[in-house]
Amino acid sequence: MSRSAAAAAGLGKDLVGIEHLGARRITSILDTAEPFKEISERRIKKVPTLRGLTIVNLFFEASTRTRISFEFAEKRLAADTVNIGASRSSVAKGETLVDTARNLEAMKIDMVVMRHWASGAARFLAERIPSNVINAGDGAHEHPTQALLDMLTLRDHLGAIAGRRVCIVGDVRHSRVARSNIFGLLTLGAEVGVCGPPTLIPPHMRELGVRIFHRIEEAIEWAHALNVLRLQLERMEAGFVPSLREYNRIWGVSRARLAVAPEPLLILHPGPMNRGVEIDSDVADGPHSVILEQVTNGVAVRMAVLYLLAGGRPEKAEAAKAEEVA
Amino acid sequence: MPDQFRIPIMREDAVGRAIARMAREILERNEGTERLALMGIHRRGVQIAHLLQDEIERAAGVRVPRGSIDITLYRDDLMAIGPRPVIGESKLPPGGIDNRAVVVVDDVIFTGRTARAAMNELMDWGRASRIYYCALVDRAGRELPIQPDIVGRAVTVLPHQRVDVMVPEIDGVLGVDVVTTSPEAA
Repeated sequence: MSRSAAAAAGLGKDLVGIEHLGARRITSILDTAEPFKEISERRIKKVPTLRGLTIVNLFFEASTRTRISFEFAEKRLAADTVNIGASRSSVAKGETLVDTARNLEAMKIDMVVMRHWASGAARFLAERIPSNVINAGDGAHEHPTQALLDMLTLRDHLGAIAGRRVCIVGDVRHSRVARSNIFGLLTLGAEVGVCGPPTLIPPHMRELGVRIFHRIEEAIEWAHALNVLRLQLERMEAGFVPSLREYNRIWGVSRARLAVAPEPLLILHPGPMNRGVEIDSDVADGPHSVILEQVTNGVAVRMAVLYLLAGGRPEKAEAAKAEEVA
Repeated sequence: MPDQFRIPIMREDAVGRAIARMAREILERNEGTERLALMGIHRRGVQIAHLLQDEIERAAGVRVPRGSIDITLYRDDLMAIGPRPVIGESKLPPGGIDNRAVVVVDDVIFTGRTARAAMNELMDWGRASRIYYCALVDRAGRELPIQPDIVGRAVTVLPHQRVDVMVPEIDGVLGVDVVTTSPEAA
């Protein structure tokens, strides 16, 4: 019996980031996500697991994919969901984050999934309300569920994470996706590289044990998989890159560049893509692109996280194990 | 002194005879193998269903479709005891369960809550023409008004005793033990 796995699955109250999660918990989330994939293939894509729980998706920053992915995950687990966007909420009238959350709590909610522009917002909220808090991206800090779905996709295709070489390409400096991926991949024993213009690569990367590539060709020769980040168009306006065309010419992932790889590389992208900027269409739609699989896995990973946080009482699981009733 | 001791109540040959009789009972009830399907409940019900499938083939010459079901996500005690690892694969038998007589196979029926969860899950998957509940061991302690249709052996055990079904794929042997846990340890 894998009874110890139940204890390992204990995530505590919140999922704020990958940094302090540890290999056992990360693996436990990925393992839990596997059977959840199948639920989305059923005719009735719904299980009653979280029936009666109310989950608020509190998005202070625009998001389509992540919010919808969370919403699907919540609905397929039979939770009740409410979406709140900052632009049409009381936040626009000057309410503080804590007041917003406390008002929601007063309406008896169970979980908050939050995206916020400020780094650290998720932890700030988690420490102040009794509901479970899931970070759906906070500033340039972390985006844990994205990293988890990236790792699930990598594991599916590469067979394992440990020992595999993954290079994150693009705007690493401003990317919470990059940070969460780096923490997770290193924790699971992958070799991690980053590649991009020096203006967009933070210098402390080496201290984390991450290789820095300043030429995309070298990264392609080295890696088993590329995780290509979206180039935020505002970065160009801020002077980090001279022009989109130049970015594409030097850093863009194209079929011609990938042809030099000793073995075909797995191509990931967290979306939304700028086709013709950081990634060319024939790569994005090519045979080694797993971009849409990432989207599918995103729902399964989020179901796993919701499931693991919802009970969240490992000490009771321990007690119940003694009987193994039912 | 160990805090629990186990007494074997069925060894491999006894389980084999029970399975053989259960397979024949299934065939008798269903009047053959027509539109029959087996669904094993994770974990050990899956292996018991496999044994029944082999036995039905021996008796009737037909290999009936077999699937598996993990009821973890349909449990009614998740919020009370915290999440358990979802370990099992839920898989429909080839051809699905619509208009089929589905035999749900469990290792031990105890409170009846697993049976309740399994039936709810099956109904989300399709419309079986009927459902039979089949358990290798029936022990007292029902908390719901649910009774199995086909039973390998009914045993009388005390509340602090546990029935362990062992299958070769997981436990290395085929058999059934009654495990007595001392009240202090329980």
